[in-house]
Amino acid sequence: MSEVSGERSGIGRDQGDQPSPAPKTEALGMKTENLSAFYGAFKAVTDVDMEIRPNKVTALIGPSGCGKSTFIRCLNRMHEVVPNAYAEGCVKLGDRDIYARDTDPVTVRRRIGMVFQKPNPFSKSIYENVAWGARINGYRGDMDELVERSLKRAALWDEVKDKLKKSGFDLSGGQQQRLVIARTLAVEPEVILMDEPASALDPVSTQKIEDTMAELKERYTVVIVTHNMQQAARISDYTGFFYIEHMNDPGRLWEFDETDKIFSSPNRKETEDYVTGRFG
Amino acid sequence: MAVNAEQRGPSGEGMWQRESRARHFRERAIKIVLAACAYVSVLTTFGIVFVLLFETVNFFREVSIVEFFTSTTWSAAFANPQFGILVLASGTLLTTLIAIAVALPVGLLAAIFLSEYASPGLRRWLKPALEILAGVPTIVYGYFALTFVTPLLRETILPSMTIFNALSAGLVMGVMIIPTIASVSEDAIHAVPRSLREGAYALGATKRETATRIVLPAALSGIVAATILGISRAVGETMIVAVAAGNLAQLTANPLESVQTMTAFIVQVASGDTPTGSLTYNTIFAVGSTLFVMTLILNIVSYVFVRRFREAY
Repeated sequence: MSEVSGERSGIGRDQGDQPSPAPKTEALGMKTENLSAFYGAFKAVTDVDMEIRPNKVTALIGPSGCGKSTFIRCLNRMHEVVPNAYAEGCVKLGDRDIYARDTDPVTVRRRIGMVFQKPNPFSKSIYENVAWGARINGYRGDMDELVERSLKRAALWDEVKDKLKKSGFDLSGGQQQRLVIARTLAVEPEVILMDEPASALDPVSTQKIEDTMAELKERYTVVIVTHNMQQAARISDYTGFFYIEHMNDPGRLWEFDETDKIFSSPNRKETEDYVTGRFG
Repeated sequence: MAVNAEQRGPSGEGMWQRESRARHFRERAIKIVLAACAYVSVLTTFGIVFVLLFETVNFFREVSIVEFFTSTTWSAAFANPQFGILVLASGTLLTTLIAIAVALPVGLLAAIFLSEYASPGLRRWLKPALEILAGVPTIVYGYFALTFVTPLLRETILPSMTIFNALSAGLVMGVMIIPTIASVSEDAIHAVPRSLREGAYALGATKRETATRIVLPAALSGIVAATILGISRAVGETMIVAVAAGNLAQLTANPLESVQTMTAFIVQVASGDTPTGSLTYNTIFAVGSTLFVMTLILNIVSYVFVRRFREAY
């Protein structure tokens, strides 16, 4: 494991302080300042200031259409992949502004991985699905070992170890989603963003993905968008509540705090109404 | 609700039946009209195949089938005719290969550009513009090859080539099938879901890596289908080769010389004064059958390939 982190270089990491072969357990945190996101002329999210603590799970909750997904896509510059979409403000990984003029979004996404709502395995074998991302990122180590380790961390290894050559599409939806998590882990990012990763899955698969979450934060910083408040309460350390007060307003970060605080004694009435299930 | 039911009562029951009978008749009539249209096209195809086979059998009563497939001379109109289909097939093969060598790379790269790199606005007018090329009559392409491309090549880089040659015909035929390959490939590439591209981007893949290593493999079956469609069009193309390739039936692999393709031979005979029922007349059916079998095989290969290698997404 250590040789992987030792090889990596790039933005945000203070390499002077750490001896490079140190085992990777501490990930980098993130921070947004005045972040607003647009689709053409439409402002979807406005003025989000959030601090995402390293090696913690941060959950983003809120009613549909209030900008959670848009916000999380800004965190690894996936938002701008949509035609005419752009973001304003500042997003930092460690100390580095990922929207700085000289920062390549490709580099950003190598450091900040993403798992989507719908499982999207590539039309390749299970093995290749995991190996591909590492390979294009120039991984030179033992690929078999990396694939096995990544699948193990995504809690999928036992189910697929005998059929690594089969297509990723032969797996069930829940397995596909864990395959996508494994392929994200294989790139060894700092941060893993998950946009409702379990919303299309059955309860058993959801459980398995939640189980991996606790282990993931040992090594990575995790941000997860979820509609499921029990899920947010179970797995996260911090929770951000997004809310739109009036129709056609952009979404705002209404309240952000430790998960226990948000779910037991939130500061704002709308947050309390939402987490107690009074709307949304 | 209750009032309604009472008002309708028994008369409602009768209306129900009448309506249902009328509807039943309409549905049946529509089905019959639709089925008739489907069968017309199928029966027409069978009719054509039957005529082809019938006349071909007549031809092989007089000419040995072994000679047909092995002889290396084609002299159908001469006093002592020889029928070596290889000669015409080589002409078809040569022009088709040149055409595909032009159309596949250009068409595929154009498709990748349109789908992955062009802005939506550019794609909206560029793709229809490209497809207009497919609507140009092939006789225009033929004279374009003969009166523009050939003189151009002779004056610049290939002074040794004959006026009627396989190269110009093949090149222009390639231009003709670029829209087919580009348009069908573009449809296949564009149909690859956005989520697959985003998955690649999220791993830190560049646009090029995403396009060539995720999107293209996922669209491969459609691209192969497009290519085979292009080959079929090149094999069956008539006017360009009839006008520009020379109609000289010789066995050659030199693209600078004149060749005669199977289609060009059929045009030559069919537009001449060959008497119906003569051996030369029957020859065109034998050649037509060969052509038919070739395109049929191509279509089957395409069908099998598309089914076998279709990548789900």
